[in-house]
Amino acid sequence: MTELVIEAIDVVKFLGAGASRVQALKGVSLSLAGGGLTLLMGPSGSGKTTLLSVLGCMLTPTQGTIRVLGRCTTGARSGELAKLRRDHVGFVFQSYHLFPTLSAVDNVRLALDVRGEPADRALARATDVLATVGLAHKAHAFPRELSGGEQQRVAIARAIVGDASAILADEPTGALDSENGHAVMTILAKIAQDPSRGVLVVTHDPRILPFATRVIHMEDGRIRSEE
Amino acid sequence: MSLIFKLASRNLLQDRLRFVATVIGIVFSIVLVTIQMGLFLSFERMVTTMIDHAPADLWIVPLGTKCFEDPSLLDEDDRGRALSVAGVTEAIPVVIGFTAWAVPGGGTTPVFIVGSNANVAGLHPWNFVAGDLDALSTPDAVAIDRTYFARLGVTGIGDSTEIRDQRAQVVAVTSGIRSFTTTPYVFTSLGRAQAYMGTSPDRVSYFLVHVAAGTDIASARKGLLASLSKVEVLTPAEFRTRSRAFWLFGTGAGAALFAGALLGTIVGTVIVAQTLYSSTKDHLNEFATLRAIGSSSLYIHKVIICQALLSAVIGFSLAAAIGLLVVELTEQTALPIVMTPALTACLFLLTVLMCIASAMSAIVQVIRIDPAQVFKQ
Repeated sequence: MTELVIEAIDVVKFLGAGASRVQALKGVSLSLAGGGLTLLMGPSGSGKTTLLSVLGCMLTPTQGTIRVLGRCTTGARSGELAKLRRDHVGFVFQSYHLFPTLSAVDNVRLALDVRGEPADRALARATDVLATVGLAHKAHAFPRELSGGEQQRVAIARAIVGDASAILADEPTGALDSENGHAVMTILAKIAQDPSRGVLVVTHDPRILPFATRVIHMEDGRIRSEE
Repeated sequence: MSLIFKLASRNLLQDRLRFVATVIGIVFSIVLVTIQMGLFLSFERMVTTMIDHAPADLWIVPLGTKCFEDPSLLDEDDRGRALSVAGVTEAIPVVIGFTAWAVPGGGTTPVFIVGSNANVAGLHPWNFVAGDLDALSTPDAVAIDRTYFARLGVTGIGDSTEIRDQRAQVVAVTSGIRSFTTTPYVFTSLGRAQAYMGTSPDRVSYFLVHVAAGTDIASARKGLLASLSKVEVLTPAEFRTRSRAFWLFGTGAGAALFAGALLGTIVGTVIVAQTLYSSTKDHLNEFATLRAIGSSSLYIHKVIICQALLSAVIGFSLAAAIGLLVVELTEQTALPIVMTPALTACLFLLTVLMCIASAMSAIVQVIRIDPAQVFKQ
């Protein structure tokens, strides 16, 4: 049985202030359930990334409600939102955002270290997860020694090492060639088979449509269609 | 290795040039503070050298005396009145003051006379390297420190000269009795000291009071004050404090040393703050990622503080090594720089506090990071 991991209800989000204030989200409602890979597509400026930030508790909605594993985030302080992120949300970014001074395994371990996991357990777990993304042999390599695809796989390992319920990926294949993009999406699709995990991928890339169990189209801050 | 430590050390070392600049800033600052505070300690010790070496339970000093070198005088008659006070067993007269020493090669140089009879527990020279205290009982005898041979134009025992046109012969030589005023000390008997300074034989500078075993010092002091007029009766500790207060703060010398130390601290703090701020700015993207993946503010603060502490430890170690070298090099000079374990501990604490204070600007910068900015890059 799948469970609802993140839910957005009538979310409105204004960005900026004064003359540059814009309404990025205009009443968006969306549910992300476990066991599926949802693609969020739409033109630039349609509000995809803002929605991803709001769903990932990085931004708070101006109006509306966000629920993470049933818990409403309205009124939560930044420290509480940070705890929700580290316990329940894993992020994958287009430009990987790995720490250049840390090895692959340390980059993955970092997600557990910020949760206060004991170092030896975190290291063992990070090593295991790196193996699941096919990078056991690169555990001690630094990001500069890895290809783009390998760096993105390290980033995925970092996102899943803490058993996050929601994996939110922003253009994960945007900086990769088709072969590496395919490999990355294969891993994300595999993760999405876990009924306790929901994967949401923001993308412009139509090549990854075959991996999706659901596709949402956004335009002008609103959800236009869902397939 | 802790991941926080690893992150901090690698952030710090990633830009070697900046790291070197940080360490130089800390070293410059701490060496400056070490020298200023070392001079302060040295000055503080030298100011009270004579009081420290005088065997007295109490000092009878002229009213209003500001320091040991004060030129005010007491009546010799006060000695008898002091001795009549219950519990007082000795009131040993001491004469001090500046006068002129005729340099055998020509000209004169100022000296500071300390006169006290050798056969009593008065204020005598110490650290003899030639001759002894008994020799000071001979006519015209003086003892000087070998540090001042060149200044005084003598080479050792047997050399003679004139002080205020009266003969003086070197009969004993000491080592390490230096004056913070750079004026050489000349030890002699009470009578010769009075003659060398042109002081009347019935006038003295101080009385060193000894009390009988078991006598209450406070009662003895009360009795002395009741029996004598226009004097103060001080414990050695009080006289030290008064002398230090005069020379260190009354003259502004101590304030100047503290101002130098403060300046060093400010310069160090600014340099470390600037480099830590710039290092944090360079790693802003990583700190934003940390925030995005849910790290607490405390975790990020720990990374920055760890960077600051690492800088502090490395900078302090180098500064301490340089400080010890400076101590070694100044050991035989007129004003040696003093390093004590307490001063070293205080300097380490200061370095740590300076670096933590410097980290604040970086922490404020990181607090303002919007975690969502990771999506924009």
